Amino acid sequence: MAKVLMKGNEAIALAAIKGGVDAFYGYPITPQNEVPEYLSKHLLANGKVFLQAESEVSAINMVYGAAGAGKRVMTSSSSPGIALKQEGISYIAAAELPCVICSVMRGGPGLGSIQPSQGDYYQATRGGGNGDYQLIVYAPESIQETIDIMKDAFNIADYYRNPVMVLVDGLIGQMMESVDFDKPVKERKLPEKDWATTGTLNHPGRRNIANSLYLDPAELEQHNIDLQKKYKRIKENETKYELINFDNPEYVIVAYGTMARICRSAIQMLHEEGIEVGMIRPISLFPYPEIAFDKIPKTIKGILTCELSMGQMLDDVLIANNGRHKVGFFGRAGGMLPDPEEIVEAIKNFTERVVK
Amino acid sequence: MKVPKGRVTFNDELCKGCGLCVEYCPTHILYQDMKTLNKAGYNIIKVSEPDKCIGCAFCAMMCPDSVIKVEVNK
Amino acid sequence: MWETKYEKSQGLTDTKLSYCPGCAHGIVHKLVAETLVELDILDKSIAIASVGCSVFSYQFFNCDAQQAPHGRACALATGVKRVLPENIVFTYQGDGDLASIGIAETIHAANRGENITVIFINNAIYGMTGGQMAPTSLIGQKTTTSQDGRVAEVHGNPIKISEMFATIGGVAYLERVSVYDPKHVINAKKAIKKAFQYQKEKRGFTMIEVVSTCPVNWGMTPVDAMKWAKSDMEPEYPLGVFKDKGAE
Repeated sequence: MAKVLMKGNEAIALAAIKGGVDAFYGYPITPQNEVPEYLSKHLLANGKVFLQAESEVSAINMVYGAAGAGKRVMTSSSSPGIALKQEGISYIAAAELPCVICSVMRGGPGLGSIQPSQGDYYQATRGGGNGDYQLIVYAPESIQETIDIMKDAFNIADYYRNPVMVLVDGLIGQMMESVDFDKPVKERKLPEKDWATTGTLNHPGRRNIANSLYLDPAELEQHNIDLQKKYKRIKENETKYELINFDNPEYVIVAYGTMARICRSAIQMLHEEGIEVGMIRPISLFPYPEIAFDKIPKTIKGILTCELSMGQMLDDVLIANNGRHKVGFFGRAGGMLPDPEEIVEAIKNFTERVVK
Repeated sequence: MKVPKGRVTFNDELCKGCGLCVEYCPTHILYQDMKTLNKAGYNIIKVSEPDKCIGCAFCAMMCPDSVIKVEVNK
Repeated sequence: MWETKYEKSQGLTDTKLSYCPGCAHGIVHKLVAETLVELDILDKSIAIASVGCSVFSYQFFNCDAQQAPHGRACALATGVKRVLPENIVFTYQGDGDLASIGIAETIHAANRGENITVIFINNAIYGMTGGQMAPTSLIGQKTTTSQDGRVAEVHGNPIKISEMFATIGGVAYLERVSVYDPKHVINAKKAIKKAFQYQKEKRGFTMIEVVSTCPVNWGMTPVDAMKWAKSDMEPEYPLGVFKDKGAE
């Protein structure tokens, strides 16, 4: 397939099909509606399952059911809708079921705006739902990267029996870029889903149960310990990040997604002024690429966290930095997108932006 | 001795002493033995006149815990 | 020569039921279990357990199961049935789970005519959590959250699920039954069997509402609770077939 010009949301949908999705359950919400719309046409045409549920709550529970039944299943939504899904997500993570959740972030809190934002970093990485669980979270910066991650997401979810969240924002969802759907996906040896609830006919002598209830505290603690072991494995194998302009930077920016793209322009502008700024671009938000921070030269003047929020990834930057360098913050919220010039100014006035 | 139409066997350890079987037995041959407890601490059910059992299985139908096995004489 | 007429169903596991003595849950579990065996669908069945006293039903039905968040069983059932259309999928829900928090999911599954069977246990109270008011609690009924008795102006009126669902197009079979004496138990089983038979035939959404008891939270003996189900619950929740597409 040659390169095509495609809208982000539609590319997400087609990438899911290429990734082998069996079923999509979702609900309309701006700015991700093209995802269910595209899938409503193309999934049914290919004998797969599409259903617009009556709410995001219902949709995530349909995902739970189909995931428990051993199928590749997905939902997509945006910030307020993802908020509704938190209960279901906690149950799915607890029951160790695979699924893909696409979140197209918009301004918040509450009903907020329909413009792009990164205000759901906490929601994605710090639960949202109850209990000690983690989603594997990826934050692509371009439609191409989104496609490559989406295609792989189903394999990763199946491999670890864990929900995977592909976290983009309204800009990536709505813009159009030239993309290639045929880049190869990493080969993974996936185990049989012998745990799936497909009827005891398929596994005589054993009943398969998808469950998160463990009333015995010792049992539940052990379950939690086992989950943490899994997350440790995920951290060892699935941490993903990119280093930009890291030869000899004076400052290091940390940014992801759309903000990272804007920062790339700022880095170029600063370079032309003789100020070298590098960037750590986390691609996996969980597991967070703390290891990248060990590569920061000791001589830098500071780390500038740039987010489309009031400072959420900032916490992880402070943790990863561990007091080694000064950390500053630049953020826009509500759907406002900064010009690269604002980031250039932020670097030049770094001392005014120091948080710690 | 006349052979009864039916006979009932109780799995006493499953019994919760709810008394539904006693209430719904049409020949009134079941009673709760207030002197005998099973391991769970419930007073279990006994049959007072087994030869009057008609094998209707009403007791077993009403039992929520599948305690009773009913056989009929063929 | 002795022949077994009645014994514990293969459709139930060996796990002792966790229900209170004399609770109707146990009776209905048997009817569902027997039905799955008799219709030869046990090994194709997937039970969706809900939240309430029957939260552990996944331990009792001898088939694959999923344990749903409170109220969401019909959404899980939809999710499963859409990807496994040849399997038998059923939910087992109480009045809090189905008629309160889960009402939207239940209505919409019915509306879409999902080929699932819903077993709805209506005992007019929240049993598991200690006896709070349910949407189906009767006017005047004292519960821990309506301690002077349910008052329509404050608490609303008892919800008539079968009456409401009879108006929904996707419903293929809908009957309200009870288990307060052997005759009604026999009829309840017929209804449950018909519901699962209709699912086998892919006729649409089937639901059996069972007027049940809660001896502990009603403050009665199991025998008296069965009598109250007849004397007080039945007039509010009349028994009968509310919809049968097969008879149209």
